[in-house]
Amino acid sequence: MSTETPESAASPPARSPSTPSRRTFIATTTAAGGVVAAGGLVAGPALLGAQEAAAADASPSSRVSLTVNGERHIVTVDNRTSLLDLLREHLDLTGSKKGCNAGACGACTVLVDGRRVNSCLILAVRLEGAEVTTVEGLARGERLHPLQQAFIDQDAFQCGYCTPGQIMSGVGCIEEGHTGSADEIRESMSGNLCRCGCYVKIVRAVEQASGRK
Amino acid sequence: MSPQPQAAVGAPLSRVDGRLKVTGRAKYAADHKPDGPDGVVHAVVVDSGIARGRITGIDTGAAEAEPGVLKVIHHRNAPTLPYGPNPGSLNLPGQRLRVFQDDQVHFHGQPVAVVVATTLEAAQHAASLVKLDYAVEPSETDLAEAPATGDPVTYTRGDAEAALQSADVRLEMTYRPARNHHNAMELHATVAQWDGDRLTLWDKTQWVQSPRAELAANFGIPAANIRVVSPFVGGAFGNAARAWPHLTVAALAARETGHPVKLVLTRRQLYSGVGYRPAYEYKVRLGSDRRGQLSAMTHELRGETSRYERFSERGVLAPGQMLYTTPHVSQTYRTVALDVNTPTPMRGPGYSTAAFPIESAMDELAHELGIDPIELRRRNEPENDQASGRPFSTRRLRECYTVGAREFGWSRRDPRPRSTRDGDRLIGTGMATAVYDTLRAPGQAGVRLDADGTAVIESSTSDMGPGTYTSMTQVAADALGLTVRNVTFRLGDTNMPTAPLHGGSLTMASVGSIVQDGCDKVRQQAIRLAVEDEDSPLSGADPDTVVVRGGRLHLKDDPARGETYRRLLARNDLTRLEAMGSWTPGQSRSSMYAYGAVFAEVAVDARLGLVRVRRMLGVFDAGRIISPKLADSQAIGAMVGGIGMALLEHTVTDHRDGRIVNANLADYLVPVNADVTGLKAIYVEGRDDEADPLGVKGLGEVVVVGVAPAIANAVFHATGRRVRDLPITAESLL
Repeated sequence: MSTETPESAASPPARSPSTPSRRTFIATTTAAGGVVAAGGLVAGPALLGAQEAAAADASPSSRVSLTVNGERHIVTVDNRTSLLDLLREHLDLTGSKKGCNAGACGACTVLVDGRRVNSCLILAVRLEGAEVTTVEGLARGERLHPLQQAFIDQDAFQCGYCTPGQIMSGVGCIEEGHTGSADEIRESMSGNLCRCGCYVKIVRAVEQASGRK
Repeated sequence: MSPQPQAAVGAPLSRVDGRLKVTGRAKYAADHKPDGPDGVVHAVVVDSGIARGRITGIDTGAAEAEPGVLKVIHHRNAPTLPYGPNPGSLNLPGQRLRVFQDDQVHFHGQPVAVVVATTLEAAQHAASLVKLDYAVEPSETDLAEAPATGDPVTYTRGDAEAALQSADVRLEMTYRPARNHHNAMELHATVAQWDGDRLTLWDKTQWVQSPRAELAANFGIPAANIRVVSPFVGGAFGNAARAWPHLTVAALAARETGHPVKLVLTRRQLYSGVGYRPAYEYKVRLGSDRRGQLSAMTHELRGETSRYERFSERGVLAPGQMLYTTPHVSQTYRTVALDVNTPTPMRGPGYSTAAFPIESAMDELAHELGIDPIELRRRNEPENDQASGRPFSTRRLRECYTVGAREFGWSRRDPRPRSTRDGDRLIGTGMATAVYDTLRAPGQAGVRLDADGTAVIESSTSDMGPGTYTSMTQVAADALGLTVRNVTFRLGDTNMPTAPLHGGSLTMASVGSIVQDGCDKVRQQAIRLAVEDEDSPLSGADPDTVVVRGGRLHLKDDPARGETYRRLLARNDLTRLEAMGSWTPGQSRSSMYAYGAVFAEVAVDARLGLVRVRRMLGVFDAGRIISPKLADSQAIGAMVGGIGMALLEHTVTDHRDGRIVNANLADYLVPVNADVTGLKAIYVEGRDDEADPLGVKGLGEVVVVGVAPAIANAVFHATGRRVRDLPITAESLL
């Protein structure tokens, strides 16, 4: 990989992260013309600054430029870092939850370029140029996304831990058009576990937000 | 005092913390970052790969060489910790696990080392590089193979053996409910930060007092030095009540490295690092006459526990003693010590385990005698509690049966098994009774009414999902005469007045009564202030005639005469009124339980054995319902949990080395959205004024108790096959 030629800084990759290519592994872009979030550069705790620099020497890391909830971030990440851990541990976006770290529970569901993904299963270095939307990015100021409001109206959660993932998955479900029937919603939402057992009301919330009811 | 109008209590309020939860701003344990410049470092637990033996070697060289690793702590370099006594805790008879204090391995997955590193990735990778050598000893992890240990718990009433001998009908069955893991969606997590000899923990806990007391005992420091903060809990179902070993690991790692530490157990580690509902063998013998009148019932139980602690649960014996009229009862409850980690209470503890054999046995008897299952239960409905001889405070079980049968359409049921088909599917319906203790405990809550007419109430209780924030806000709003909007309830911090454990369905009864008491006191202070204030429109009024509504005090019979809290406090130069609420349950002369009747309809694929729950109905007598919208969610959610218990959930252990092979959410199956349709809950009207001032009995447990047997009975009705082992899998029906 070290012999590969970096992409031109002037042409930020726009490839979907779901079709990984060599180029998504290459540290490339600059913030030319973009809005770079303050503190977007790997913001470790102060004490870690020196150690992390040392760590970066030894453990392979990459620079990635990605947009999260409309804010551009350029980060240098350990290549082992999942999108979920990038969000939670580096970008202070703790809304996305870790429930299994193995793609089995859906608590970490976010949208990447409009598609729902388990953020625990995708490496941050694959996301060059990607647009990520997390639960923190749904509301417009104080105005909740219709599905967020529907979750409150229908009491579609109890403990609330799976809720960010359920809501992001529900947004995906609606945008994919999988809301033709309650059965279709149930099927489409079955990648998101809810141990409090709010499934009946999650379906109602998706129906409400999709305009089915 | 004049009773306050009830506007918030009983209203279908949406969760007051809903906005925080749907926007991702509700902070769970692992979401916390300590203040200060240091940030947080990451700890990852290394656990044992054998079930029993000694650690003979540990090689941490490769792990320590990993960039970013700060320290690897294990029994050879860990400091000796005091591990003092912790009376009043949820620790069990035996000796609790002492992390990194010796070379002994008691179960597969025991924490044997912890890696602390500046990044999570480094800690995770380094943990995989720690090499352990063991001297392996033979282990036993199979309940079916191991002998019981210790003296059994017994209960005897009458002469069950003699009564069985003379009974017209005798049945004998053995049921095996599987081990269940709570598997709350939130991983157990702790952030630990030392400041000298003071420790702050952000922890997943149902009882902030619990980790505080445990770490005070383990580290030998005063409890007052420890603060535990836990504003949100991502589900727990009993598993975040006791303080588990990883708490000590986190605090130790933080102390040894000098940095705040975040420790999050992995999903796999939850199967060994925290507790579970134990597996049981439960043998029932019952005798009755031809009309179904029970004369005798015997219960012989074997339940799993660890070798280092003895777990037993009273609730597994209670239903067999008091649910039905039974003159002769004999119970023998043995625990079987295995090379496993220690069990812990799980939703509906004991009761939900016992309900499966007892309610299945009643269904078997009904079938044997050709009596309708509901009618059989009615014929054995007791007039008082035969275990204690006490009258029931309230027992609306007959009403639950009546309402349930009507709403479910029970009268249309053809009682013959395998009598109804829908294409390839065999359709069956079944029902079961539910019962759970009305538990209550003392505690305190601070109430403050501010000059702006808003109130803040604090108590160190928890909200693992039922909606404590919301229901307490409702109680407080009515007791203070404020709108819900002007009331804030806070919880989950040891700096707040002490509340009891958030578990056993006791929070509404207990903390609710405590909150109401504190709010009543503040309201009465305000009323007294007004009637004694010459400048108040209420001057000279009888305090007992004054009520408060919408923040305004007025005469009950003359609403025009009054004034607001704000005016009253401003005129008297008061910035606030404060009181400490408290309540201690008295000795009751009655037997207090919540009840329910659960109905299920299943469709079983005749060729594949796949069971699908088509609809369920639960009718519950849980006393007064404070927050109906949330109560509905709890009952329906419990049905989902019960579907898991009945049809999906069990651990598979490799008994050669004690490893649980399905310790993840892909192989340990829990219900998903597509498994669930048509759930409905009804709460019958009524208060229980003997239980507590609010009249509630608690509902989080009773709603799960009857679910699994109702489904099992429906499967029998559908197929004619009686499956006595849970879960009922496709294999068991083929």
